[in-house]
Parts: sequence; structure tokens; C-alpha cells
Amino acid sequence: MIPLSYYLVLSAILFTIGVVGVLVRRNAIMIFMAIELMLNAVNLSFVAIGKHLDSLDGQVFVFFVMAVAAAEVAVGLAIIVNLSRNKETINVDEINIMKW
Amino acid sequence: MDLVIPKIDALSLCPELVLSITAMLVLLVTVYLPKGRKDPAAYVGLLGIFIALMSLTLLWGKPRYAFNNMIMVDNFSIFFNMVILVTAALSILMSITYLKEEGMSHGEFYALILFSAVGMMFMTAGANLITIFLGLETMSISLYVLAGFLRDSNRSNESALKYLLLGAFSSAFLLYGIAFIYGATGTTDLKGISEFLSRATYMKDPMLLAGMGLLLVGFGFKIATVPFHMWTPDVYEGAPTSVTAFMSVGVKAAVFAAFVRVFSHALWDLQPDWNQLLWILAVLTMTLGNVIAIAQTNIKRMLAYSSIAHAGYIMMGMIASNELGTSSILFYMLAYAFTNLGAFGVVILFGRKGEGNLDIEDYSGMGFKYPVLGLLMAVFLFSLAGIPPTAGFVGKFYIFSAAVKAGYIWLAIIGVMNSLVSVYYYLRVTVMMYMKDPVKDLEGLHWSPSMIVALIIAVAGTLLIGIFPSPYLDLAKQSVLHLM
Amino acid sequence: MTLFFFLLIAIVTVISAILVIVLRNPIHSALSLVLTFFSIAGLYILLNAQFIAAIQVIVYAGAIMVLFLFVIMLLNLEKEKRVSEKHPLQKAFGVSIALFLLGGIGSIVATGVLYGNMGTETAAKVSAVGNTKAIAGLLFTDWVLPFEITSILLIAAIVGAIVLTKKEL
Repeated sequence: MIPLSYYLVLSAILFTIGVVGVLVRRNAIMIFMAIELMLNAVNLSFVAIGKHLDSLDGQVFVFFVMAVAAAEVAVGLAIIVNLSRNKETINVDEINIMKW
Repeated sequence: MDLVIPKIDALSLCPELVLSITAMLVLLVTVYLPKGRKDPAAYVGLLGIFIALMSLTLLWGKPRYAFNNMIMVDNFSIFFNMVILVTAALSILMSITYLKEEGMSHGEFYALILFSAVGMMFMTAGANLITIFLGLETMSISLYVLAGFLRDSNRSNESALKYLLLGAFSSAFLLYGIAFIYGATGTTDLKGISEFLSRATYMKDPMLLAGMGLLLVGFGFKIATVPFHMWTPDVYEGAPTSVTAFMSVGVKAAVFAAFVRVFSHALWDLQPDWNQLLWILAVLTMTLGNVIAIAQTNIKRMLAYSSIAHAGYIMMGMIASNELGTSSILFYMLAYAFTNLGAFGVVILFGRKGEGNLDIEDYSGMGFKYPVLGLLMAVFLFSLAGIPPTAGFVGKFYIFSAAVKAGYIWLAIIGVMNSLVSVYYYLRVTVMMYMKDPVKDLEGLHWSPSMIVALIIAVAGTLLIGIFPSPYLDLAKQSVLHLM
Repeated sequence: MTLFFFLLIAIVTVISAILVIVLRNPIHSALSLVLTFFSIAGLYILLNAQFIAAIQVIVYAGAIMVLFLFVIMLLNLEKEKRVSEKHPLQKAFGVSIALFLLGGIGSIVATGVLYGNMGTETAAKVSAVGNTKAIAGLLFTDWVLPFEITSILLIAAIVGAIVLTKKEL
């Protein structure tokens, strides 16, 4: 039996890696991947907490989060593709007609 | 294992159902319409919104939970739904000619506005953190697309990308907060959370506080409170103007509704903790929003910063956390909806294809050339600044007096001082309109019937609420009575 | 034994997650993200969440990451230029905020104590009916409304993706 805290700490580490990725990377797709990493970290927390509390709700939430993530990715990549058609860059530093 | 399907309480879902079905109808209708003549799709959408508004009256005054406590239909959610539906209707009315001018008249636009409104309505009615989260995502995903709807415009693309990246980033925080609250209380049901917290054996669990903080970050991003506001001006500036109008009001209404429900209801026992945080955030938001707005040269950017400042005022109502405070939030939201939509309506009408006529300079002499339009803009700007006899004045008055009543004198003073600062930049536009000579040719204004209707509704709302506030205030007060 | 497996998978997860954000070539990043998702699926199995593990592989590693790889190749992204030198301060700021976050959250969760109400679905009860069936039971009874909201979310996303990328609208 693995203690709950192991899972939660692992999840916190993954979440932080995701946050660092978002703040440090300049490529829109990379930022987006880092966000997916953050969502996965949260999912891990949900499942671990759910198991600890003898409740399946945590797993149901993960199901919803995955649906949301899939929808977000579909729209997000559409936006990125559309942007690169017009601008030929997806570096967020060069996407700066307006002040960031 | 037996599945017991919960009672399908379609009546409680009536407005949301009507709106979703309308959205899909719009998608169907638009297929059969000839290219570039998609107006009927908009009218189908408007009809759906009207039916949804009517169906709200069926639910008024009968608070209830539905679908195994997933949503609660009470006057509070009905009031916010009304604001959201009016916002959606006005935005659609303002979009019809605007989209034609931009060469992007497509029925999908109206469908997405409706889907977004459905998401907002699930947020206001959500009685479970998961329902609120899914409503928020439905709203946001439609809005990401709407912000980038002018797909050949670089600004629109940029706005969509920034909104998407920061929106997704913030929803990850919100979700982490939900996970912590789930861990700390064992439920995501708002009623369950408040029951758990009000138990005597409860002690301050750091996990719960962390969850609360993360939720605050997530909500803060969506309503653009300082320091989570940096996306707002860019997104508002780049998005199609009618979408900016829709999100500046709709998103605020929906997120504030969920914010109030979660913080002032589910997390009520943590009130001493979040009140301090909100106090600081509100002061920062008001002050920064107003101060930076002064320096803006683009009218959409100025209105973006002004909307940040207004989020700060509305937060004062939450800090006051008494009945007057909550009802003043509702009242303010209604007043703000008409006013802000009206102001954006004038910006749309005055604007040209692409990025024309969006600088504050361009408004020079507009008041003489187009007296009616100038007058309308002046009314909306006065209302935003909070000058009587407009809706904005009454809204601010109630919010500030709620803060004073709850003992937050300093907060109210800071709020009043901020309003004074804001008068400067709102009046600057009026001064431009009436006291300067035109810097460029102001020909070519197309008054379209739909835009005229939208502006009449907006100005009528602004003035009516400003001159006869009491029925609306009563409505707002009744809305918070049964807040569950 | 399970602890050994856990530590092994956890180490793989963390290393591949770090690779995602440090590798310069987007394709390599995406591939290490796939690895991260697979190892998280492994953790789900250790947590007795077989259904979630399966859809993690199918939806995340399968659908979502394929979409990512597809777009990366479509856009023909070259290696990220080292523009970040423009913002060394911002970078340091970002990392320090994140470490602060990790310190705060980590110290809170490290106690591993949950005060929350216990549910009724104990491991024995769930394994009697089967994990997937138990989740389906919840999904179509208690959580049926959120489930339906997801359908609206998905249709909005579909319409949105088409509107943005279809050549002739």
C-alpha cells in the first residue's frame, strides 16, 4: 500500500513542471503541452484522493476533465494552425501586434 | 447492480434546453441559407433567447435543486440568467451588420454565442463544483473561437491565442483547487461543502485553504482581477468588437455568480480568510484598472481597463458579504450589462472594417457630425463613470453603501476615489466628441435596424434603471432571498 | 513490491515530464509527453482505476497526442530559437514562482491526511462489480447532468474547430 502523500507530492511536482513550462517556453504548442501536463497532474490527484476517500467520484471527475482537455486541444490547435497560416510563426514573443 | 436514473426534471433545465436546441437549429438553418445572407440564422437565435427568457418566468420564486443536486434553480440564478440572455441578445443584434462588414457573416457565430450562453447559465445555476467547471469550460471554449472568429485578421488570431493559453492555464489552477476541496471535504457539492465546514469538529485544514486560494486564482483570471488581468486588454482589443461586448459582460456575470455561490455560500466558514484576500485584490483591481485606463489611446483597450476596474467595484459587494452586498452585485451587473453593451455598440457602429476608427482621437467632432450617436455615447460613458441620472450611478451607490454598512469605510473611500479618477478618462472621450474638430473624414455611418434596436434597448435600460431604480433593486433583493 | 513499481513509474514520469519542457525540438517534447501519459496510466492501474488508465491511453496518449504530433508536423516547426535570452528575468521569475508554489502545495499535501467525508465505494465493493461498471453506474445516475453538459461542450468545440480551419466556410 503506497501512502497517499506520495501520489499527491508526485502530482504537485508534475503540476509545477507544467507551470514552469508555461512560463518559460515561448512556442505556443509547447505552452499548450505544458498545460496538458498540469491537467494530468490534477487528474492524478483526483484519482489518488478518490481512492483514499473510498469514493469513485474522483475517477468520474477525471473522465470529465479528459473530455474538456480533448475539446480544448481541438480548439486550441485549430487556433494555432489558423495563426501560423497568417503569420508563419507561433512564437508568442513574435505574436505581439498588441502589447502582451 | 441497479441503475436508478434520477428524475429528469426538464422544467428546471428549460432555459438551458431551449437555448441548446436553438443553437443546434441555428447550425441547421445556416446550412440552407445562401452565402453571405445568414441574417435569418441570427433571428432564429434571437427567437430562442426570447423563449428562454419567457421560460425563466416559469421558474421564478420556486427555488429547487435538480438532477441530484447538480444545479439549483433559484431566483439568484434566474436573475443572472436574465442578464446573460439579454447580453447574448444584444450582442447578436450588434453582430449582424458588423459581421457583414467584416465579410465573416456566418451562422456558426450565432450558434457559438448561444453555446457560450448555455455554459454561462450552467455556471450560474451550478450547485456542484464540477457543474460549474464544465459550464465555465463550455463558455470559454466557445469564446476562444469567437475571439478568433475573424480568421484572416492577425489581431483576432492573436487575441484568440492569448485568451486560449491563459484561459487553459487558469482552468488548470481552478481544477487543482477543486481537487483540494474534494480532498479536504470529500465532496464537490456546494451544500455538502458548507455542511461539512459548519460542523463543530472542523479545524482549519491547510489543504482546504490551498484549495480556496487556487479557486480564487482560477476565478480571478476569468473576471480579470489584478494581478491576473494581463490578458484582458489584448484579448478585448483584438477580438471582434461584438464578441468583446459579449465577453466583457457575460463572462463577468457568469463567473461572479459562481464566485458568490462558492465563496459566500459553500466556503462561508472561511469568510475571515478570503475576505482579507479579496479586500487587497479589489483595491488593486480598481486602482490599477483606472490608472492604466487613463493612458490608453485605443477605445477598446480603454474599455478593457475600465472593465477591470468595474470587476474591482463588484468585488466590494462580495467583501461586504451581507444581503445588501449580494443584491447590489446583482443590481450592478444588470446596470453594467446595459451600459457596457451600449458603449461597445457605439464603438461597433462608429468603427470601420478592420481597425478603423478605434482610436479615441478618431472620436473628435463626432458629437456634432452625429448628434444622436454622440448623445448615446455620452450617456453610456456617464453611466460607466457613475454620474446621475444613469444606471451606473445607482449601481455604484448601492455597492458603496453596502461596503459602508458592513464597516468597510476605507474600502468605500478608495472606491469613491477610484470613481473620481475614472471620470477623467470617460469624460475625455466626451470632450473629444464635442470640443475638438474632426481629425478625419467621418462619413459612411451605416445605421442598421438591428443596431438601432440594440442601442435603443441599451440606452432605455441605462436610463430607466438610473431614474427608477427601485423595481430593479427589489428584483435584485428578492433574488438573494432564497439563496441556498 | 508495489512500492518499487510506484517509485519506478514515478521516476519515469518526472523525468519524462521534465524532458517535455526542456527539449528544444517540439517532436521530441511531444514524444516524451506521450511517455509521461503512459506512465501516469501505469499509476492509475496501481490506484485500481483500470477504466481511467484505459481512457488515459486511448484519449490522451492516443487521440490528443496524435493531434499534437500531427499539427507539429503540419506546421513543420523547427527547433525553438533561443529567444528566451531576451527575458532572463522573466524566466527566473517564472521558475521562482513555480518553486514557491511547489513548496507551498508540496508541504501541504506531504502530510497525506485527508479530513474529507469517506465515501461508500470501498475497493472490495468496487471490485465486486468491476471498476468500469461502477463508474458507468455513477456516470449515468448521479452525474448524468454533467455528462450531458459535456456533450454541449464537445459540439461547441467541433463547430469551433471547423469554423477556424475550414478553407471555404
